[in-house]
Amino acid sequence: MTKEDILEELKKILNPYTTEKELLAGINDDTDLIRDLKINSANLVDVIIDAEAKYNVEIDYDSAEQMTNVGSCIDIIYSKLTAA
Amino acid sequence: MNRRVVITGMGVVSPNGVGIPAFLDAIQKGQSGIRFVPLYRDLNFSCQVAGRPLFDWEELRNYISEVSFHGLRATNIGYGIKAAMDAWADAGNSYETDTPRWDTGCVFGNSIADTEAMKNVITRVDNKEVKKLGSRVVEQAMNSGVTSYISGRLGLGNKVVTNSVACATGTQAILMGYEYIKHGYAERMLVGSDEHVDTYVYGAFDSMRVLSRKFNDEPEKASRPMSKTAGGFVPGSGAGAFVLEDLEYAQARGARIYAEVLGGATNSGGQRGGGSMTAPNPEGVVRCVQDAVRRAGIHAGDIDLVSGHLTATMADRQEVGNWAQALGRHGRNFPYINSLKSMIGHCLSAAGAIESVASILQIQHGFVHPNINLEDPIPEIEEIINIDSLPTKLVKKEINIVAKANFGFGDVNSCLIFKKYN
Repeated sequence: MTKEDILEELKKILNPYTTEKELLAGINDDTDLIRDLKINSANLVDVIIDAEAKYNVEIDYDSAEQMTNVGSCIDIIYSKLTAA
Repeated sequence: MNRRVVITGMGVVSPNGVGIPAFLDAIQKGQSGIRFVPLYRDLNFSCQVAGRPLFDWEELRNYISEVSFHGLRATNIGYGIKAAMDAWADAGNSYETDTPRWDTGCVFGNSIADTEAMKNVITRVDNKEVKKLGSRVVEQAMNSGVTSYISGRLGLGNKVVTNSVACATGTQAILMGYEYIKHGYAERMLVGSDEHVDTYVYGAFDSMRVLSRKFNDEPEKASRPMSKTAGGFVPGSGAGAFVLEDLEYAQARGARIYAEVLGGATNSGGQRGGGSMTAPNPEGVVRCVQDAVRRAGIHAGDIDLVSGHLTATMADRQEVGNWAQALGRHGRNFPYINSLKSMIGHCLSAAGAIESVASILQIQHGFVHPNINLEDPIPEIEEIINIDSLPTKLVKKEINIVAKANFGFGDVNSCLIFKKYN
């Protein structure tokens, strides 16, 4: 699985948590989940749980705290996948 | 402060009709919303019928954001959102606002979180999967979940509170909203209540042996208030909601006015004098009704219709006696009395709100809805009031004043007086 693949899957994971649909379609590494996609900070935990279920990985608390923009989400999911 | 409080919007989710037009049609025709539930047979419940709204969960997408909809599991909150949002729109208001509506609050009641939804939480915790619960459990487990969803969607910025007094919850919520406007603390209050009788709550009532168990083959006949062959109540689910408004505020914006709330009372019999956790102290009931009548500034003789609590248990005869005593009206002098529960069962915390919607519709459209399944009234009731007070068919008649009351576990009572607006 490439980082491009993860990006496309991440769009699906983020979809139910954001109403900024146009922005979501064109997200890049710098897109901030809270500031740009207007995701409620409480819902970040749901994004992580959904990502864990999708990729069958475990994302520890320290890694989860770094998942604030699209780039960091992809990097962390990628690292968990390659470590597994 | 001598303010008048009027009703300008209504919404309803009832076992025999979702939305005001369907509900109005059903109560005029005497249509039952009680159906057989195969799961209850499989679980060895004695009562296997229930009043459940034919509710399209996906329709909630029209009321709340996709983000809010995603992860909403609590059925009771879904019912409450639908009824409240419909009432708000019915009053001619838009949902969207950029700033809080500081002049508008919310009193919405319920009994308990959706324990079927909570079962998933319990299972995950017990399986050591607490990390998978996510962020949406607490807001749906908390009693104030429904008021939080409603007030958040509409930006309500005045008093927001969840009330809970068992079967008296709905009427009490309306009363609390009325009082707040009456005191001048708010211009508008969105009020009502909801209930989802899930499998576990239903089972707990079944175990008390207070449910109707002899009509599982004939579900529509199972809820039989005031009937000689009644053998307990039928649990129902749903929600009812109202927009209450200061009269001048409503007039200033040219709102349509359904009816006026003249006043009401809520009290407890103190679980003394025959009252207990499960039975009302008759003196408490009588005082509650008399206080409501006095505060409304009417005479008991002015009441055209009593919308009873009347659940189809042994308490029905006593309730009719309490009404007769409280109003000082007996025999032919007693007003019409009906029980919506004959059609929808007992919706517990939602009962008062749904039955109040029925009360207002009877005022607005000039009719008394039938008591279905009352072909065999309890003889002792006929010794208190005349049989003509118990219509079994639709009666077309101008209804000016309705007294609506509910009585709940814990020996709590609530009574409201509604009047045609003119």
